[in-house]
Amino acid sequence: MIDVQSLTKHFGGTPILQGLDLAVAKGEVLAIIGPSGSGKTTLLRCLNFLEIPTSGRIKVGAIEVDGALGLQHQKAQIRNLRQHVGFVFQNFNLFPHRTALGNVIEGPIIVKKESRDVAVARGRELLAKVGLANKADVYPSRLSGGQQQRVAIARALAMQPDVLLFDEPTSALDPELVGEVLVTIRALADEHRTMIVVTHEMSFARHAADRVIFMEAGAIIEQGTATEVFDNPREERTQRFLRKLRDRGGAA
Amino acid sequence: MNNSIDLLIQSLPFLLKGAAYTVELAVGGMLFGLILGFILALMRRSSVSLLKGGARFYVSFIRGTPLLVQLFVIYYGFPQFGLRLDPIPSALIGLSLNVGGYTAEIWRAAIASVDRGQIEAAESLGMTPFQTMMRTVLPQATRLALPPLGNTFISLVKDTALAATIQVPELFRQAQLITARTYQVFTMYLAAAALYWVLSGVLGWLQLRLEARVSLHVQET
Repeated sequence: MIDVQSLTKHFGGTPILQGLDLAVAKGEVLAIIGPSGSGKTTLLRCLNFLEIPTSGRIKVGAIEVDGALGLQHQKAQIRNLRQHVGFVFQNFNLFPHRTALGNVIEGPIIVKKESRDVAVARGRELLAKVGLANKADVYPSRLSGGQQQRVAIARALAMQPDVLLFDEPTSALDPELVGEVLVTIRALADEHRTMIVVTHEMSFARHAADRVIFMEAGAIIEQGTATEVFDNPREERTQRFLRKLRDRGGAA
Repeated sequence: MNNSIDLLIQSLPFLLKGAAYTVELAVGGMLFGLILGFILALMRRSSVSLLKGGARFYVSFIRGTPLLVQLFVIYYGFPQFGLRLDPIPSALIGLSLNVGGYTAEIWRAAIASVDRGQIEAAESLGMTPFQTMMRTVLPQATRLALPPLGNTFISLVKDTALAATIQVPELFRQAQLITARTYQVFTMYLAAAALYWVLSGVLGWLQLRLEARVSLHVQET
């Protein structure tokens, strides 16, 4: 479903991603962990061109884009890619001037030109799915962080994407609100949607992910099943990272 | 005293007729100026240096020269090149061009203060830059821009008095004409001032109503 080849990203000469290869199968749930600054968020953002790669190829389904070409020479292609790739932001980024339902139907109506009735019907279904059926007409400022993130997930789902990308979806939340969002993402994982989740929630990665990738310094250091990576890490750098987490009480 | 009151009653229809022109110029100038200012703000954000430089030059020229001079250039200056405009179109063009220069800066600041994440959210849905601007950035920028735009509008209402100098029969011009006939200088100019004040007051109130309306989604604390 996703095929990334030798993806690089430089910020003014500083390499952030150093020639990454990554393949994700249809229905696979992939968790990416690693210290901050390891490039995991940049990798995710490059996948739908929120960040423009320096070079490399990105393929999602039948859509292929060339990182080296940038934004201007393949605009339509990138917009097409984005319609098939749902993105959930760390800070939710809900449209504050639209209700929960308004946020969810915005993409289908404006981008996919769906009829309002169809979009609203599915929008309500999706809000029900994330447990917010009764909040359809509420503006984001009246929702808790956890509720906002669940609306954001419904907004991404409304485009009926082939792939969902989550960029640290619970990092901006108060601790007591993390659980409800993880439950929602977990439910999507159980449906075998193709997902990549960049996360600091090790127990979530352990229980929801088919495969875990550990990244450091813009490269994939180690990958395998959750059990392999968490319980028997082969690489010294993975071991060090996990040890540090455990010392801080973030048990995996 | 009685004389003054009689004069005011007799003059009121003329003053109100003038006030109608004042409102017309102010509303028209604001409308065209807003659109021009928005286009200029988009030009300033463009990566094409010709558009960017052109907008910057225009804004600098408009803000750096008196409105009175701008009106004279259009009404008295353009005919030298064969472009003869009536007073009202001249005033409307001059005021619009002027308001465009000022609102360009307001739009620019408002657009720049919309959170970057909002643009990314719109882009991540696959929106075009135009859709992103119209559906996501502009509605949020408008809420931020409304208070300064309201101030521009109230200034504009008062600036329309300058159109009297190019023969537009607006409120101040009517007061001048009646004064020339009656020599009741103080009464007439005070009456004109009172009418401007009422107009500004009503517009200020409308502005507050509008601000409250577009801020409905912002949680009151």
